[in-house]
Amino acid sequence: MIIADRKPLQEIQEMIKPYDKVMLVGCKGCVTVCNAGGLKEVQILASTLRIARKKEGRPLVVEERMLERQCDPEYIEQLRDSYDQYDAVLSMACGVGPQFLSEAYPSQRFFPTVNTKFMGGAVQHGIWEERCAGCGTCIIHHFDGMCPIARCSKSLQHGPCGGSAGGLCEVSKEIVCIWDLIVRKKIEQGRLDDLRKYWAAKDWRTARDGGPRKSIREELVK
Amino acid sequence: MSENGYKSGSNLEKVLKAGHFAFTGECGPPKGANVAHLKEKMEPLRGMVDAINVTDNQTAVVRMSSKAASCLMVQAGLEPNFQMVCRDRNRIAMQSDILGASALGIRNMLCLSGDHQSFGNHPESKNVFDIDSMQLIALVKKMRDEGRFLNDEEIDEPPKLFIGAASNPFGDPVDFRVYRLANKIDAGADFIQTQCIYNMPRFREFIKRAVDMGLTEKTYILAGVTPMKSAGMAKYMARSVPGMDVPADLIKRIEGAGKGKMAEEGIKFAIEQIQEFKEMKGVAGVHLMAIEWEHKVPEIAERAGMLPRPKVD
Repeated sequence: MIIADRKPLQEIQEMIKPYDKVMLVGCKGCVTVCNAGGLKEVQILASTLRIARKKEGRPLVVEERMLERQCDPEYIEQLRDSYDQYDAVLSMACGVGPQFLSEAYPSQRFFPTVNTKFMGGAVQHGIWEERCAGCGTCIIHHFDGMCPIARCSKSLQHGPCGGSAGGLCEVSKEIVCIWDLIVRKKIEQGRLDDLRKYWAAKDWRTARDGGPRKSIREELVK
Repeated sequence: MSENGYKSGSNLEKVLKAGHFAFTGECGPPKGANVAHLKEKMEPLRGMVDAINVTDNQTAVVRMSSKAASCLMVQAGLEPNFQMVCRDRNRIAMQSDILGASALGIRNMLCLSGDHQSFGNHPESKNVFDIDSMQLIALVKKMRDEGRFLNDEEIDEPPKLFIGAASNPFGDPVDFRVYRLANKIDAGADFIQTQCIYNMPRFREFIKRAVDMGLTEKTYILAGVTPMKSAGMAKYMARSVPGMDVPADLIKRIEGAGKGKMAEEGIKFAIEQIQEFKEMKGVAGVHLMAIEWEHKVPEIAERAGMLPRPKVD
């Protein structure tokens, strides 16, 4: 799923400073699962914003809403009747949400309240890690189910670099050297010869480097 | 291969091919456009080494470009070993710089991954790593030997470069290091310069494995030596430089020399190392990285019996 973190409160407050009545829209997709923009987070942020503004003597009306998903026009449509009754709309979805909202309702102003970070999963309760860089050409089967593109700080296809020490990446002691894990697994399974193979330079056109991407499923297009 | 049988005809290639024990040095370009400063650092190396590595924004700190500094060396009659890292350039810029380097008379090139930008003075920068060091080695070889770009288009005049690569015998996972070295040789590395060596028993074991695998028949391995200036430096390297193995008894030895004598003890150890490498099967030379200590190179070269440097025509 897509992992996001809520923006610092101050930054959100700064965004909506000129407004007195806003709608805060959560999403039941990824951000609900990663506890960044689900119902609970919408409620917490809404009350925090209200309390803070009340203290300033300039009360803020915050309407709380939840959408099934903000990456689907069908659900975005559900705000058609209400979007223009507010000075601004805050989205708690990933970066897709505020953009789909803006596209559907060009006259309204939309603000992101989370920073969208990566594609990954929960490794333990409250901790999420990146697993996929969305490069568009999956090669994890060559590396025993571990992606060096997303998980090596240098995206090396022929690692580990000289900075790997004690199973950790040179960049930070918080980062596991994925190449260390790949090599150890190959040695354990007696398949070290796999790592004698040379991989040609990657074609990055399928990644973001080829420009913004699109996926067309012909059979679904009417 | 060119008509005279050399791949690039660099002095380093000639020295190695003639069977001499090679000796290379290193020079970090200045943090500015200060040519005088660069000359101050490179002049002590004149006549002392067979080629001088010119680092490419080492530790991700912005400095004069390695290509420009290498070119200034060529103009001054010194032989550079132009370093290129994968951190800052995509394949377009790399191939362009490879051609440019060759056009400027640069004949040696060391292909590296590069320290991550988070180490340096612009940690906010985007990292590139379009290709990795293995692919860079293969790229230079393809350009030189096949006369083709990465996309297979023909090059009108291929670059002439003696291709170098790095090897860290002490990086983890240790059992894999010799295989990664083998991969670099297969990719096209003509010579190898190792990470700084302090743990001699571990290096002996590493080179023995390389010899047993026949790798030292296929490439020239230059052992990396960096003299310690102080116990502080030794401790810093042991603690903070990833992939560096500094044994505790070496730190003790430097410390034991006492105040004012630690630098001399560091040099003594470096000389002992060089003398051992000269006799070590599979080692074709020494790469001396006297970091910000370039003026000490003549003394080390002299005392280690590395002078005069051979002249090969």
